[in-house]
Amino acid sequence: MLSIRNLTKTYKTGDRALSDVSFDLPSGQVVGLIGPSGAGKSTLIRCINRLVEPTSGRVMLNDLDITALGPRDLRRARRRIGMIFQEYALVERLTVMENVLSGRLGYVPFWRSFTRRFPGADIQRAYRLLDRVGLSAHVDKRADALSGGQRQRVGIARALEQEPDLLLIDEPTASLDPRTSRQIMRLITEICRESALPAIINIHDVLLAQQFTDRIIGLQAGRVVFDGPPSALTNAVLTRIYGAEDWTAMQKSAAEDAQDEAQARAEADRLLEAL
Amino acid sequence: MAHSQVWPDTWSRPPRMIRSRPWRIILAAGAILYLILAIGSVDVNWTRVSEGWERGARFIGGFLQPDFTSRWRDISTGLVESLTMTLTSTVVGVLISVPIGLGAARNLAPRWLYAICRGIIAASRALQEIIVAIFFVALFGFGAFAGFLTLSFATIGFIAKLLAEDIEDMDPAQAEAIRATGASWWQVVNYAVQPQVMPRLLGLSLYRLDINFRESAVIGIVGAGGIGATLNTALNRYEYGSAGAILLIIIAIVMIAEYASGHLRRMLK
Repeated sequence: MLSIRNLTKTYKTGDRALSDVSFDLPSGQVVGLIGPSGAGKSTLIRCINRLVEPTSGRVMLNDLDITALGPRDLRRARRRIGMIFQEYALVERLTVMENVLSGRLGYVPFWRSFTRRFPGADIQRAYRLLDRVGLSAHVDKRADALSGGQRQRVGIARALEQEPDLLLIDEPTASLDPRTSRQIMRLITEICRESALPAIINIHDVLLAQQFTDRIIGLQAGRVVFDGPPSALTNAVLTRIYGAEDWTAMQKSAAEDAQDEAQARAEADRLLEAL
Repeated sequence: MAHSQVWPDTWSRPPRMIRSRPWRIILAAGAILYLILAIGSVDVNWTRVSEGWERGARFIGGFLQPDFTSRWRDISTGLVESLTMTLTSTVVGVLISVPIGLGAARNLAPRWLYAICRGIIAASRALQEIIVAIFFVALFGFGAFAGFLTLSFATIGFIAKLLAEDIEDMDPAQAEAIRATGASWWQVVNYAVQPQVMPRLLGLSLYRLDINFRESAVIGIVGAGGIGATLNTALNRYEYGSAGAILLIIIAIVMIAEYASGHLRRMLK
């Protein structure tokens, strides 16, 4: 269980990215963090594993105060927090297997990671995870040889290879097409449910968030302005989070995406019938 | 629209540096005057030049009739010495450059280490090879050892600086992702930095190998051994045929190195 208390972040430039953010995340719950760009979504999840140092407030993971840890203990805590990134953030020139195994770096000493001799259990887990995300055939390929959707699957496998107690997911679908986005979101939420893994997903696509998450937190200018089930996310609330203009535009483009996909599917069906 | 507006049909780019027109003219005239005076102050001894034509012609003549055979023993020992010096100094120089380059990358190193490593790089780059070679020859005597030290020293400034700059330009997202797994500093370097900079490091090392070979010919002239020493001896004895042969060999080796390193770099991408 994760609990965040009065988290505040002010950057050196004086920009206040987060003010007084508090919420609890019980295990197994998948939370969608929505809000316009610049609302502090990215800063919030990076404050949890302290890739960004919070100015004040506390982050507790299973009774461990992450905000109070020294460098060595922080690294130990980070091993239990998996992270999935917007542009995949795979190491492009390493193989798929090396990228997945890099999830174990916090657990193995330097020389073992340097010689790529990871413990057998880690390698087994990596193979199992790659099979789970459907990439068994690509183990020895270089990460930059894969498509966007495949890369994000490697990113998911890398995060799970850490055997995390918590997943932090930063815009997992931002560089993917609508269809692949849905597949990736489905995969993430399925995996979280299988192992009762709590997750925070930063996502600007409200409809995806509504479809796949258990709970939505809306951020606006660094403050929590909504916290509740997806069904409670009314037009009035969304207008408050995004502003009237942006929200209408987003709805329109989402409708277009859905229409495009329906059209593509109909065409594919027609082709299949013709065969 | 009811009435059409008249737009200007001329436009000139506004002056960037000096706004006032008289000042621009004064400064331009001053620069031209200075250039004329400067050229006038160069003292050319025309009788010497006419004599020199003959020597130059002999030099070029030697070049056109290279003599590989009569001094071949000297040439081959000089060549082997130069190649040994080049290879060892490049390897040693690159090995020392890597930790210094890591320390000189602002996004990896703490402030104090950054200052020290940048200082080392600046020292290595500020001192020209010939000056360093004269110093090492004074310290260790004539021969290839002084040349080896000179080239290693010069390699450090070159490779460490360019490596540090490449590290500073790398994709920070990949390093952030590795850091987020709980990896230590060395593991971040091994998993996120090394894969990103390795092709460039290898390319730079190959490039430095061929610079070092060319430099070995130059520093030989001040006594640091190698093919440069042989070339110097040949020139002192007015054996332009042998000198021409040596220059041709140097050109051939540089061209081979150029072609081979280009080929290798494409393979390593």
